[in-house]
Amino acid sequence: MTSPLRLCVRRSPAPEAEDAATLVTLRLPSDVSCIEEAVELVTRHCLAGHTATRTIRFRLQVVLSEALANAILRGNQEALDKWVDVRAELRSDLIRLFVTDEGPGFDPSAVPEPIEPEQIDEAGGRGLFLIRKLVDAVQFNEQGNSICMILRRH
Amino acid sequence: MGFSQTKDQSGVAVVQIEGQLIVGNRQELKDLVQAALDKGERRVLIDFSRTGYIDSSGLGALVSISKRIREAGGELRLSGLNEDLRSLFELTKLDTLFAIADTPQQALASF
Repeated sequence: MTSPLRLCVRRSPAPEAEDAATLVTLRLPSDVSCIEEAVELVTRHCLAGHTATRTIRFRLQVVLSEALANAILRGNQEALDKWVDVRAELRSDLIRLFVTDEGPGFDPSAVPEPIEPEQIDEAGGRGLFLIRKLVDAVQFNEQGNSICMILRRH
Repeated sequence: MGFSQTKDQSGVAVVQIEGQLIVGNRQELKDLVQAALDKGERRVLIDFSRTGYIDSSGLGALVSISKRIREAGGELRLSGLNEDLRSLFELTKLDTLFAIADTPQQALASF
C-alpha cells in the first residue's frame, strides 16, 4: 500500500553558514492512523547525523504525536479533505518543529491545567500540558492553528 | 506494535503494551481490558517493558481503564515503566492515581 504521507527533505545549500538548517517537511491527511508513521519519519530525520540521548528521542516522539493528534482531532476535526503540515528546521544545537492544521485555531491560554485535583482523573486534557513540559519553548501563531516547539539537542 | 494478553499462574490478567500506546490504538486497549472484565477477570496488570512511547490519549485511556476496573471491584497495577515513561506519569501526577511497580514480578506479588 502506498503511504499517504508526503515527505520532503531539503539540505541548506550553505551548511557552514551560521543559520544553516536542514528543512524537513511532511504533509499528512487528517487520519490518526498516520500518526505513528509520521512520528517515526520526522524523528529519524531530526536525529540523523546527531548523537541523541534516549530522552531526546522520546520527547521528540511524544510531542510530535501530541501535536499531530491535536491538529487532526481538534484542528481539522478528522476532515479527510484537510491536511496537517509538519515543518522541522534542524540546526546543530536545536530542532524547531512546526505543526499546522487547517482548522480555525484555538486559544492555548484557555486550556485548563490537567494536574489540578479535580482534573487528575479526567481522561483527556493533558496533551498541551505535556508538550509544554517536554520541550524547551512553545509558541503559537496568532490564529492558534500552528504550534512551534523548540527542543534543544543537549 | 500491539497488545497481548496472557494469564499469570495466580490468575492475574497480564497485558503487554508492545510499541506505542497512542491515539490510534488506545481504543483497542480499552476494548481488550473490557473484554477481560466481561469474562470475569478482576486483577489486571498492564506491563510497559516493551513500550516505546505513550501520548496523552494513551494516558487518558489508562485513566478510563482504571475507573472501569475500580467500578467492577477489581484492581489494576502498572509495571515496567522506564525512566522516560515514568516521567510522563510524574509530570501529569498520574503516578498518584496508579499503583506502579518496577517489574511485572513485583506487581504480581502486590495483588
